[in-house]
Amino acid sequence: MTTPQNSDLRGAIDRAISSGLPELAATRLRELWQRESGPATAAFVCSRFEKLRDRLPLAAHRMAILRSFTVEPLVPLLRAGAFCYGIDLTVKLGDFNAYAQEILDEHSSIYSFNPDSTVLAVRTPDIAPDLWGGYSELNSEAVERSCERVYSSFQEWIRAFRRRSATSLIIHNLEQPIWPASGVLDLQSATSQSEAIRKINRELQRAAAEQRGVYLLDYDALLARHGRAQSFDQRKYLMARLPLSGGSLLELPREWLRFLLPLAGKTAKVLVVDLDNTLWGGIIGEDGFDGIELGSEYPGAVFQELQRTMLDLYRRGVLLAICSKNNREDAIEVLEKHPSMLLRPLHFAAMRISWNDKTQGLREIAAELNVGIDSLAFLDDNPVEREQVRSSLPEVTVIDLPQDPLEYAVTLRDCPVFERLTLSAEDQQRGTIYAEQRERSHAEQKFQSKEDFYRFLEQEAEIAPLSSSTLARIAQLTQKTNQFNLTTRRYAEQQISELGLNPDCRVLSVRVRDRFGDQGLVGVAITRDQAETCEIDTFLLSCRVIGRSVETALLSYIAKDAAARGLRRLQGRFVPTKKNAPAREFYAQHGFRLTSEGEDGSVWSLELRDCPIPCPDWIKLVVSNGAHN
Amino acid sequence: MSLTILEQVRSVASDIFALPAESITEQSSPESIESWDSTQHLNLVLALEDKFNLQLSPEEIEQMRSIGHIVRLVEGKLHNSRT
Repeated sequence: MTTPQNSDLRGAIDRAISSGLPELAATRLRELWQRESGPATAAFVCSRFEKLRDRLPLAAHRMAILRSFTVEPLVPLLRAGAFCYGIDLTVKLGDFNAYAQEILDEHSSIYSFNPDSTVLAVRTPDIAPDLWGGYSELNSEAVERSCERVYSSFQEWIRAFRRRSATSLIIHNLEQPIWPASGVLDLQSATSQSEAIRKINRELQRAAAEQRGVYLLDYDALLARHGRAQSFDQRKYLMARLPLSGGSLLELPREWLRFLLPLAGKTAKVLVVDLDNTLWGGIIGEDGFDGIELGSEYPGAVFQELQRTMLDLYRRGVLLAICSKNNREDAIEVLEKHPSMLLRPLHFAAMRISWNDKTQGLREIAAELNVGIDSLAFLDDNPVEREQVRSSLPEVTVIDLPQDPLEYAVTLRDCPVFERLTLSAEDQQRGTIYAEQRERSHAEQKFQSKEDFYRFLEQEAEIAPLSSSTLARIAQLTQKTNQFNLTTRRYAEQQISELGLNPDCRVLSVRVRDRFGDQGLVGVAITRDQAETCEIDTFLLSCRVIGRSVETALLSYIAKDAAARGLRRLQGRFVPTKKNAPAREFYAQHGFRLTSEGEDGSVWSLELRDCPIPCPDWIKLVVSNGAHN
Repeated sequence: MSLTILEQVRSVASDIFALPAESITEQSSPESIESWDSTQHLNLVLALEDKFNLQLSPEEIEQMRSIGHIVRLVEGKLHNSRT
């Protein structure tokens, strides 16, 4: 029985709080929540994090939940989970079953609450009682009418919400009944009940896809995953309008958390894994190449399943890295040659295989990949290593693997820090891009001069005007680029779209390819014409192409194009931040003159007639269609 | 030595009502604990079901009018499930 231990943990947490050790208290609170997630612990975890909120770097988030059923007991469970992932969540519940008025009325308390995100949680029996309890009385026309009424209501709510708020909306889709009204006849009949609900869900998906920032939560699949019959408790439902059983209470808050983490920016970018007894069974140094467990049959299959899960994350844009205490040659031989490995060296963006301690390895991996320590998640079968990382690097997400390797893959799939709400082409290719980057750095060492290396790269920079396919990525780059960013102005997709429609503005993107591969869309420039001046509002480059003179190529195009429009000068601004030192000398290096300097940065200008900016001869500049109008 | 049912119920109530366990007695009730409203009553029910791995019926939930009542209820249910 773990109870006495957990009550010790509660005591330790309160002692850590009163001794002024907030980080330690937070680590122990996460441990307690991990061991014993439930209503009582949730109340404890929330009350203690509330005491610590001023002493921990928590991200504030406000969530409104509009609902047709009782969700009150789920709120502490959600908030406890959120606190453990570094989010101080304030929840505002809509009134019971008042969701429609609340979403339609612009003066409702939901909008004045000013939420960062809103959940619309409506159950099938509440919105479509006829399709639920009275199904056998409906003919096919009545079914059709009912479906239409339901999805057009959803469409109306989505539009109304968008008119009043630009924030995220998460909509539950509709669940199937545990027992269809006509039993096994349901799928044989033309007026199938399950098909009617599926149809509403398909329409709902279409309506959500039409608006940015509207996401569907697959409530039907969530119940199916845990078992519909298991998830429902008639007693609780009739007594308290709570449609979830005690045993499944945690599942919905956990699903909400999967949306909350990416919305609050609390996701992991890199999954760092151990090798022995994690990626394969056994120890390569002792069991040897032919002795480790890895293959399509038990026990090797459980490790293949973990690798398959990691591949899914890789395709979602999560970078993979290795941190293992091993002889490098032994480990690399398995990675390169073992016939049952699903993951190969090219899947890993960074590797630390040595006898150094893992804390050091994780720090180096973060530095090499140019991400913060808080972007790392750590997967290791050894509890001692996990505990060491937890205590020395509390920002790292440490995934607690269960004792039985059979549960490894499921544990990883369950981990919400890898959830993403959108996926750009760059996200999907990110892993490959980093692997190519390694080859590039390797090649660079062979050349005497930078210019020789550049020529060897055969870089091609493709400059394109704003289009629907580049909009999301351009906004993403303005939001997250910190280093080579002259003004660090952050734009939402909606704002980028408005700039694109302004005839005085140009929103340009640059895509880079070279002999090692396509690096994707890596640079953005936004300019605004004012009288005879072309003002550079935004100029940025992703860190992975800094120092390859792509910036000069982009600037040369802006200068040439501005001159062609009859403008006389370029004007740019450098706004210093804590992180953008790499861009400080940019305008000076390209012949701009400093015209003023103040608290909001320095202003630089260049007369276009006197000083054209040549594109470096080792970059082939391609201007894609539509750039000239 | 394992904890008594009273101690365990007090620990659950202490979490739910955010009060020190020492301040909760058999006599504690919705009248003496300010935050013991209908929402917290439901949370308490769910926490007890989770803690003792049992199901409480609507009638039993009605009877939970003090910590003492709850202790006797839980003791009775645990005893019945063992015999």
